[in-house]
Formats: sequence, structure tokens, C-alpha cells
Amino acid sequence: MEILKEGHGELVGWHDPDEHRQWVRENKSRELKDKTMTVAEAVEKFVHDGDFIACGGFGHIRIPMALIYEIIRQGRRNLTMAGKTAVHDIDILIGAGCVSRVEVAYSFGHELRGLSPAGRRAVETGKCKVVAEISNAGYQWRFLAAAMGLPFIPARILMGTDTFEKSSAKIVRDPWSGKPVCLLPAAYPDVAMFHVPRCDKYGNAQIDGILVEDFELSRAARRVIVTTEEIVDEEVIRRAPDRTVIPFYLVDAVCEVPYGAHPTQMPYLYFFDEEHIREWLTLSRTEEGTKAYFDRYVFGVRDFEEYLERVGGIRKLNYLKRVEQLRESMWVPEEGRNG
Amino acid sequence: MAEARYTPTELLACVAARLLEDGKSVFVGTGLPMIAAMLAQRTHAPNLLIIFEAGGIGPQVPVLPISVGDSRTFYRAVSASSMHDVMSALQSGYVDYGFLGAAAIDPYGNINTTVFGDWERPEVRLPGSGGANDIGSLCWRTIIMMRQDRRRFLSRLPFITTPGYLTGPGAREAAGLPEGTGPYRVITQLGVYGFDEATRRLMLISRHPGVTIEEIQANSEFEIIIPADVPESAPPTPEEQRILREIDPTGMVIGG
Repeated sequence: MEILKEGHGELVGWHDPDEHRQWVRENKSRELKDKTMTVAEAVEKFVHDGDFIACGGFGHIRIPMALIYEIIRQGRRNLTMAGKTAVHDIDILIGAGCVSRVEVAYSFGHELRGLSPAGRRAVETGKCKVVAEISNAGYQWRFLAAAMGLPFIPARILMGTDTFEKSSAKIVRDPWSGKPVCLLPAAYPDVAMFHVPRCDKYGNAQIDGILVEDFELSRAARRVIVTTEEIVDEEVIRRAPDRTVIPFYLVDAVCEVPYGAHPTQMPYLYFFDEEHIREWLTLSRTEEGTKAYFDRYVFGVRDFEEYLERVGGIRKLNYLKRVEQLRESMWVPEEGRNG
Repeated sequence: MAEARYTPTELLACVAARLLEDGKSVFVGTGLPMIAAMLAQRTHAPNLLIIFEAGGIGPQVPVLPISVGDSRTFYRAVSASSMHDVMSALQSGYVDYGFLGAAAIDPYGNINTTVFGDWERPEVRLPGSGGANDIGSLCWRTIIMMRQDRRRFLSRLPFITTPGYLTGPGAREAAGLPEGTGPYRVITQLGVYGFDEATRRLMLISRHPGVTIEEIQANSEFEIIIPADVPESAPPTPEEQRILREIDPTGMVIGG
């Protein structure tokens, strides 16, 4: 195949497909066994310094925050993160000094809430390095290629732009149409983390609402940690198998963490905690504020349960439930209003 | 000039909404594009199909979503799907309109949302493509909504995140992008622009009430094609304004 152009971004997370097959053969158990453990144990066991990590969900939706805080608590360093529209998770991890390299589709912004002070400061001062650019479709198709066990997947995006120049993609001539087409290399994160509404002890995980790219990402990653609102009986899964997005053989750890996505949204269950997100965005404007945030909400608490108490406890969580169920309107910060 | 009885943001929402056609599909982001699509649905385009990049398809949005993955984006939807599904729909030609924002634009409608200054050690780091490159590459007609001034309407971009017409006629197809696609309109606080067929360069289509041609040109580093008779954009009607308040009761996007 004729290579027409090559991007100059770093090739993050690629493996030869045969090497990956062999790794799977040796390391991924097909045995139906109990994988429940604490969040601390899961991070201890499966997240290592220097790993390439990715989170399920999207932006501020269904983000496995208990795992994010635990990674900070355990002081992981030099992580490379998939900025696959990574917003709150990546901002917090960069602010804490855990993530130092990012492949960016969308990062350093909080959508309508504005840009990320911590993430941008780190990139603009060189503390965190952007190693490659890509788009949202591009990233999830990199995961799709990995999920399919392929070295790459073609797509008709990125071409003609600097996003391509700084990507790890290549443009070739399509042997059928004769037109240029972009080849996206597979991406295999070392570990992917998800928060789901229900999962059994073996790791059969179900998701309600949009999947974003969790189907592809869970199949692309070598290690998968699932946190769940509740661990349900296997029977609950078997009664509705069409809802299972991540089957057990992909999963390495299952942790029960009610409200484990706070302050991000858990569809149908609880809304974004805008007050808390605003507190982070305000404090993270300075290094001192960033430190104060982590002292208060990560290092100053024993675990996620104590964190939930500190952010407002049952009263706050019930309020977030009512907002998600459209029984109460949401709180809008004054400075978040336009005009 | 009599005092305008609408906010600038209301005007932008109405101008954008009127571009959308009934029975067509639109890819939307959060903020103003979402409001424009909701307004179109509640006025002339009840059968406008709204699609969100995170997987929400055809929702009946109850209140303004904060994020493109917010559960409001698949409330009473026809499908709560995945990014692979909707991006594939985009790639195979099902999406008529797509909205984009931009930090800067050039005469050919290429846009930058990645970086100002050196890529390795940037002066200003912005969020990057997100779904913008995908929308700008794949949807039939792209509508760009942005603020206009001399730092944003640039002769040459420091970084092209998302393709417009690249270097002019035929350049998109030569690069491998789908045929017949590209930027359709640019909406700013001063006016509405299209692209000249012969050169694929930015051309004024309408100026907002009270805005002069001089202001239009003074707020751009490059020369904008100005046709002989340029109409004024029609101001929001009371009915449109009423619906906008319904859509965004807290004034989060359209202002108080």
C-alpha cells in the first residue's frame, strides 16, 4: 500500500497484534471467579507508574472518581492518559502530578464550565506534555481496532489538518477507491477504569444509557477495573444479558463504590455536583489552592465514604438524585451564568 | 438606533436555528448550538433529528444539557447508543448539519481549537479537536459559531485543528475528505457568512442589525468578500424569545 503521509505524533499504546494475542492468552483468565476487592487493592495491583491509562464514560459522565482519587492517594507518577474527551479525571490527575503525558482528543476544558486552570498551567509550563493529537472519533476507533485485534483501522478523518500532522496516523491510498484514506493505529491502554450501575462479583458489568466508547475501550485495554454502584447477584445479570456491556473475562477487578462517580453524573441515578466541580475549578487556579483541594478531599480522608461525607453527605447526594430525576432544578453558580 | 429588545446571544441562537431544516439531521454540542437546535425543533423544524457525539439519538430534551454526554442528551431518545455508532453515521452520510465552535478561523473556514504558539511549549493550550475534526471532515454542512475580532479571524492559523476548505476549491477532495462536504455558514456577533463558490473564501451573507460593513471588515485580519447588497439579519421575534426563555430558564447560555 502506498503511504502518502505520516503523522509525527508519538505512537501511544500500540502493540503488534500477535504479541497482544499472546499476552491475552497468558494473562487474561477465562475462569468465572470472584474478583471483588477494595479500590485501594485494585489500584495497588493494576495501576503502575508509567502506565498508559484511560477512563470510561465521557467528560463529566460516569467517571470512576473513586479510582482517580485512589491513584492520587497512592502517588502514582508518570502516567500517560488517553485524552479521549477526558475532562475532570485528567484535570485532577494532572493537578496532582500523576499524569505527565497526554494524547489529546479533548482535554484541558470542562465544556460549558470553561477551561481547566490546572491542566492548562501544566501544559503551558511544560510539566505535562502533549505527545500526540487526535479526534474523538479517531480515539475510539483506535480502541475499536485494538478490540478487533487489528493493527489499524481506516477512517476518513484528520486528513488535511495539523491534527493529523501531530497524530500517529498514516494516510495511504485506498486500493479499492483509489482515494486517500487515514489509517488509525490500534491503542491498547495498560489499564482502563469504568464506573457502572451494576456488576456481579465476576465482573459482568451492565451500563444504562449511552455507552460512549466503553464497549470498545473495555476490549482494547489489557487490564480492566470496574467500580460499581452495587454488586448484584449473577442472577440479575443472567435475567437481562442484553444489558451486559463488559463481560467478566475482560475484567480484572470489581469494587463496590456507591456514588463512585461523584462529582460527575451517573445517568438515571445522580446529577453532576456543580458546586463541587466549581470548587475544584476555583481552587485549581493556583498551586496552593490545588494542594488545598487534595489535602481536603484526598489526603485528608480515609476513603471514598469519608469523602462523600465531606462533600455534603446524604443530604447532598439526595439532592443530586432529585436533580437527575428532574424533580428539582439544578444549582447554577453565579459566575457560570452568561451575561 | 432604538434600543434592541433582545440580547446578542438570543439573536445568534435565532439566526442559527433558522438555518436548520425540518426532516434533516444535526450533530450538536453543548451551549448555543444545542439551544439553536431546540429552538428550531419548537418552531419550523419539529422533525429535526438531533444527534449527540457521545451516543444520544433523537432525544426530547427536557432541559438544557450541560454536557454532550449528559443524560438529558438521551432523555426520551429513540436510541441511547455509542460514539462508534453516531460517528459511523456521520462517516456514512446520515448527518446533514454539524455545529462547531472555534478559537480562530482563516479565510477558507479552517479552524483552530488546539494551540496558540509553539505546539510543544504553547503560549495558550486549548482543549483540542474533540469531535470537531470528525464533524468538520464528515458532515454534509458545517455551521461555525464564534466570536469575531482581529485575533480570531486570521489570515493564517497557527494550527489547523479542523478542516474547512483547506487551501481552496478541490483541496478537501484531494486530501481524501468526503466529496460535497465543508463549512456552510459562519455565525458571529457581527454577521452571517458563507463561502464563495469560485474561491471557497469567506463571504458576507447578512449583517446583524446596526452593524456596518466597516465593522465587519475591521474585525478581520483578512479581506472578507462583501457582495453588493447585503441584507440585515432578521431580529428575534417575540415568539422565538419566549421559547428561548423556556429552553434556558436560568439564562445559563443566553444570558439573564
